[in-house]
Amino acid sequence: MEVLELARWQFGITTVYHFLMVPLTIGLSILVAGMQTAWVRTGNERYLKMTKFWGKLLLVNFAMGVVTGIVQEFQFGMNWSAYSRFVGDVFGAPLAMEGLVAFFVESTFLGLWIFGWDRLPKRVHLACVWAFSLATVASAYFILAANSWMQHPVGVEFVDGTPTMNSIWAVLTNNTALAAIPHTVAGTFSVAAAFVVGVSAWQLWRKRQRNVAGKRMVDQDVNDEHQRVWRSSLKLGTWTGVVAFGVLAITGDLQGKLMFEQQPMKMAAAEALCHTEQPASFSILAIGDVADANCENVKTFTVPALLSFLAHNDFTTEVKGIEDLVGQYQERYGSHYPDDPALGELAGQPIDYVPNLPVTYWGFRIMIGFGAISAATGVLALWLTRRDRVPDSKWFPRLALLSIATPFIANSAGWIFTEMGRQPFVVVPNPTGVDGVWMFTAQAVSNVSAGEVWVSLISLTALYAVLGVVEVFLMTKYIRGGVDAVYPPKHPQGDSDSNDHDDTGDSKGDALAFAY
Amino acid sequence: MDLATLWFCIIAAFWLGYLFLEGFDFGVGMLLPVLGRDDTERRVMINTIGPVWDGNEVWLIVAGGAMFAAFPAWYAGLFSGAYLPLLIVLLALIGRGVAFEYRGKIDSARWRRNWDRVIMIGSWIPPMGVGLLLATTVLGLPLDAEGNRVGSAFAAIRWDTILGALAIVGFSLVHGAAFLALKTEGELRERARTLALRILPAALAPLLLLLVLVQSKEGEIWTAFALAAVPVAAAIAFWRLAVGREGQAFAALATVITAAALILFGALYPDVLPSTGDPANSLTVADASSSPYTLTVMSWVAAFGAPAVLVYQSWTYWVFRKRIGTKHIPKVHAPK
Repeated sequence: MEVLELARWQFGITTVYHFLMVPLTIGLSILVAGMQTAWVRTGNERYLKMTKFWGKLLLVNFAMGVVTGIVQEFQFGMNWSAYSRFVGDVFGAPLAMEGLVAFFVESTFLGLWIFGWDRLPKRVHLACVWAFSLATVASAYFILAANSWMQHPVGVEFVDGTPTMNSIWAVLTNNTALAAIPHTVAGTFSVAAAFVVGVSAWQLWRKRQRNVAGKRMVDQDVNDEHQRVWRSSLKLGTWTGVVAFGVLAITGDLQGKLMFEQQPMKMAAAEALCHTEQPASFSILAIGDVADANCENVKTFTVPALLSFLAHNDFTTEVKGIEDLVGQYQERYGSHYPDDPALGELAGQPIDYVPNLPVTYWGFRIMIGFGAISAATGVLALWLTRRDRVPDSKWFPRLALLSIATPFIANSAGWIFTEMGRQPFVVVPNPTGVDGVWMFTAQAVSNVSAGEVWVSLISLTALYAVLGVVEVFLMTKYIRGGVDAVYPPKHPQGDSDSNDHDDTGDSKGDALAFAY
Repeated sequence: MDLATLWFCIIAAFWLGYLFLEGFDFGVGMLLPVLGRDDTERRVMINTIGPVWDGNEVWLIVAGGAMFAAFPAWYAGLFSGAYLPLLIVLLALIGRGVAFEYRGKIDSARWRRNWDRVIMIGSWIPPMGVGLLLATTVLGLPLDAEGNRVGSAFAAIRWDTILGALAIVGFSLVHGAAFLALKTEGELRERARTLALRILPAALAPLLLLLVLVQSKEGEIWTAFALAAVPVAAAIAFWRLAVGREGQAFAALATVITAAALILFGALYPDVLPSTGDPANSLTVADASSSPYTLTVMSWVAAFGAPAVLVYQSWTYWVFRKRIGTKHIPKVHAPK
């Protein structure tokens, strides 16, 4: 394989992997901050237990998010140095801002939160977890602003062959970014929600199993309080998931409409819409091949006129198909790659403007479908556990645990769709923007040897795989351990629902044990 | 001073912040098997840097990000040019970061021993790689007219850049030992202090050699004064350690690394990445920098962001200012 292909694989692998960790961190950190707020406000120990349990899982996951994020920043310089030189004037700014404004806050206040349990006043300590969790959102904002600029370059002029920033404000309020941010942040909540619902539902069911097995009397004192921990968590998770799905649907529609303007080819590819249609029908599922070359796909289930509505808010407008678009793109951006030796084999070759259709078509459907499944499972879990019920069926915990995976899959599919859908561009031309501000992926890659990229691709993937196994092992261990594993049962208190304003509900000595 | 030069100074300051801060937490990790005789002692050592190491590491991320934003061609040329060393640094940092977080999560001696190894390896390699990268950017790479490396994947690995690697490793080692002497109590403190004294001359020698080399090649008159300050500050560090004033020794070591950064970046300017072949291909501050508009925006961000960072990070050090010892370490509590 050539450097270009290897570098693309590495970017894809490291990005998707990083984005398995990050959404859980962002969503869960806000939920944990909320739990701790509830504890500080009410003094109810149940919320402290929730904070400690979910906080521990948050830490296990956060470590992986951070370390895989460092790779993201450095690989632009390592694998994509031509890209970095071309766009650095614009793209580097949000990246540096992320570091300066968000990362410093995140890492510093997380340290204060972990180690500050018995050293900081309660409210200051609470402020630390909020500073940390809001900084994770700020971090997402800057990164999405940077990514959105690649999808839709704004705030630039073209000077001496490079895009030069003339408005940071335009870059930070790019409409593409403003639509992507709530969508992505809602996606992170949907991940955290499914995680919390899955774990809580399983714990509820497990405790019930024990009680059924005759331990009811023994377990009652401690575990009934634990049951309330899981019940509260489940409720929090479900409502978070439902609201997140609502936001996802609304912002997704908004993003789609923008994409029809900004990257019509991506949306045509998402629908495998080969020929221009008026009105255009929306394809739900395709049976058979979604062919990439000759556009002879077999579509079956379609909703008439829906695509026209999704694209332009009315049911009759024409939606351009791939074939027409290819003509338009060739006219504007050329039909052949330039004769530049840096392009290697691609120099002088015709440009293929059609993204990989099976990936975009199915990526789009998996994103929407799995997102919906995860919200539906949450609602189902809420129904099954109404009024303190817990069904005895094994299906309930299994379904809940399985559905933890669904928003992860939906998120990954969404990103793969977004990034693969913009090929062959790394910086997609803005149809209403400045001429010249776009770049083919093939031109972006570093002038390094394939061997170097092989080494990094293999070593990073292998290390990520090993650490992934370790993370899942640790997560499982702590999930099984439940509250007892993070909160030693040494304060037996008959009814902990009674307001307990004792500052030292958490014993002094355990503060360090919470950490390292 | 024009904006590009200002940003050159800011980036130098970020690198200095990184070397100074992560320097000592690397040192602590490197010394883990040497000074930590049992698990409790190792936990004491790890907990001295526990609340701060992650914040320290962000200085590297911001140094890199600032290079990307302010000098894209520098960022692109150096990071693709020194590809393999940088990759090894990243791999080590990944392992290290996870190791701190995971080490205490399972109550098993084998589990902890394995993660201790990862911490140790993950603390030796990055200062080596960072030293190599810094030496590379100061001493140069073979470059073509586009600013790309010509020559093999190992072009960045030469005797003079290896000297840079040893310099930063040596500094981190002493700095970490002094930090441990400052932050712990009892036997561990004594051992750390003794060790720091014993290794100081040898550990700082490569740094001094590197600085002399750089000074002789590219130095300015004013960097000669900074060079003269290095052995003086090192001697003060030794003396204050010997009399048990670890805080002052730590401050003297901070002076050593500050002087070193002044010399390295002072000698580098006005280049950011010199070409070891045709000097016409050297990347300079002027031709590697972003547009004045971008630099202005970044200056505003830094003007408000950087002081805030300094304030809350200092606050962290204040909150956790107490020395810790084995008696502060609670029993391990982890799921069965």
